[in-house]
Amino acid sequence: MLLEVKDLNVYYGAIHALQGINFHLNEGEVVTLIGANGAGKSTTLNTISGLLRARSGNIVYKDKDISLTPAEEIVRMGISQSPEGRKIFATLTVMENLEMGGYLKTKEEINSGLMRVFRSFPRLKERQNQLGGTLSGGEQQMLAMGRALMSQPSVLLLDEPSMGLSPILVEEIFNIIQEINSQGTSILLVEQNAQMALSVAHRGYVIETGSITLEGKSSDLLHNPDVIKSYLGGH
Amino acid sequence: MEITSPSFGQRIIQGRWIGKIALVLVSLLTIWWVGNKAAQSPSLFYQQIVNGLQLGFVYALIALGYTMVYGIVKLINFAHGDVFMVGAFVSYYAVSKFSLHVWPSTIFPNISPIISVVLGTITVAILSMVICALLAIVIERIAYKPLRNAPRISALITAIGVSFFLEYFGALDFVFTPNFITYKRPFQISIWYLKDGFHKLESGTAAPDGSIIFSNILIIIILASLLLVLGLNFIVMRTKIGKAMRASSYDKPTARLMGINVDGVISITFAIGAALAGAAGILYATAYPQVFFWMGITPGLKAFIAAVLGGIGSIPGAFVGALIMGQAEVLSAGYISTPMRDAIAFAILILVLLVKPTGLYGEPEREKA
Repeated sequence: MLLEVKDLNVYYGAIHALQGINFHLNEGEVVTLIGANGAGKSTTLNTISGLLRARSGNIVYKDKDISLTPAEEIVRMGISQSPEGRKIFATLTVMENLEMGGYLKTKEEINSGLMRVFRSFPRLKERQNQLGGTLSGGEQQMLAMGRALMSQPSVLLLDEPSMGLSPILVEEIFNIIQEINSQGTSILLVEQNAQMALSVAHRGYVIETGSITLEGKSSDLLHNPDVIKSYLGGH
Repeated sequence: MEITSPSFGQRIIQGRWIGKIALVLVSLLTIWWVGNKAAQSPSLFYQQIVNGLQLGFVYALIALGYTMVYGIVKLINFAHGDVFMVGAFVSYYAVSKFSLHVWPSTIFPNISPIISVVLGTITVAILSMVICALLAIVIERIAYKPLRNAPRISALITAIGVSFFLEYFGALDFVFTPNFITYKRPFQISIWYLKDGFHKLESGTAAPDGSIIFSNILIIIILASLLLVLGLNFIVMRTKIGKAMRASSYDKPTARLMGINVDGVISITFAIGAALAGAAGILYATAYPQVFFWMGITPGLKAFIAAVLGGIGSIPGAFVGALIMGQAEVLSAGYISTPMRDAIAFAILILVLLVKPTGLYGEPEREKA
């Protein structure tokens, strides 16, 4: 197991946001967490990334407990995140945004990272001198993912990459997610768009108000009546 | 996000109209009046402009520290003016007590005195800048960092507390003493006057009427300030740490997701701002040769106004704001009365806040998702 979350409890003040959740990610997998707004998906990713601290429970990455490791160190260890809402540095150029993604890398590693990112997202190369804030939503999503890839992570955490994008762009983004995965990066994908998420993921977990209620292979979840009813718009 | 009722918003809009009309009237009056004075005696007017440049460039160095720190931690660091004071005192001790400004000729007696003074003065400047930078890092770690997630007002009050601490600790007899101390310049002053070409002014003689007087101090202040500002611009725009500063100032949690050590970046920002204040301390003390424990208050406040005038958080804004403040101060001191210059500085602040609360280069507060 590459990444394992055990009995994780996270609070926002008095609110019990994550109520003892358990899941894991194997090497080379795409695993998705699906659930509604406010279910605790982003909280989970931010706790893994070290922006939030768990009150109890463990996050084990490559056999090391990282639940108390500082955020910077977690990036250095190989977990990077493309956050919800993309969070592009609007006042920095596209190139500078990507350089920030490779902040802990050497110059050579940044150059090879840039080549890789520009291969996956040729549009970013055309726009490299533009300010991040001037990009369209789809381009910003590409930039957010490219930026997260610059640290050459073993685990990529993707928070709602489809948010606010047109169906064609969603399709494009998910193709790229599969491509990134095929190059050897394991991906933990958080999504509200369950249909798309389950179509690229190997396994999935359903998270509801801070607890995991269902888990299984994507193909099984796609046919699970509860999932169809709640997340796939079925009747 | 504050909640405002419509009637309150209405009042603000009306208030800004009053401010705008007042600003236009005041500007027209000022231009007419200064123009009048300038026509009466052009040389006196040019002399004021030159004096204003000298002051403005020193203010710029201080204002940059305010604006950089505000840009990254949204804190108005009221202790900044006192760091400037410490910088001036460090150079005072280095020059008067330890003769650090002539160290090259002490070690190598054959070296030319000019080279010795240049190298020595640069050494003194670097020493002041380094000590100010270290002081700022310590202040940030002890006083501000524990309040990083506290309400902004707590940090602001703490900054005022740190300011008082530095002043009255400095006033102790075994520190800087509460006295006004004459500052020994690290180099000799030479004065020129401009009338039908450049002439050197011999000491003990007066410059002829209608000439513009300037000294090597003016040239050194302008050159040093420009050099430091260009250096700062290079750091902020081109280097990795500068880009990390801009990223952290825009969005700290996301900067941490990049692997940026935001606390370290904040420390470096404080250090750079304080180093500029230290340099300003030497330049100011060289131009107005007296040091005392309160000397940071007025230049600190003026530089703060300059930073707000330019749009706090903006580096070019701080620079332009400081040059405007320098001119406003010497023109009011020269043409109205010396005590009025401080009142006029604050009047400018009030007018700017009424008309454009974000300052000349400021951007409105961003909405963050």
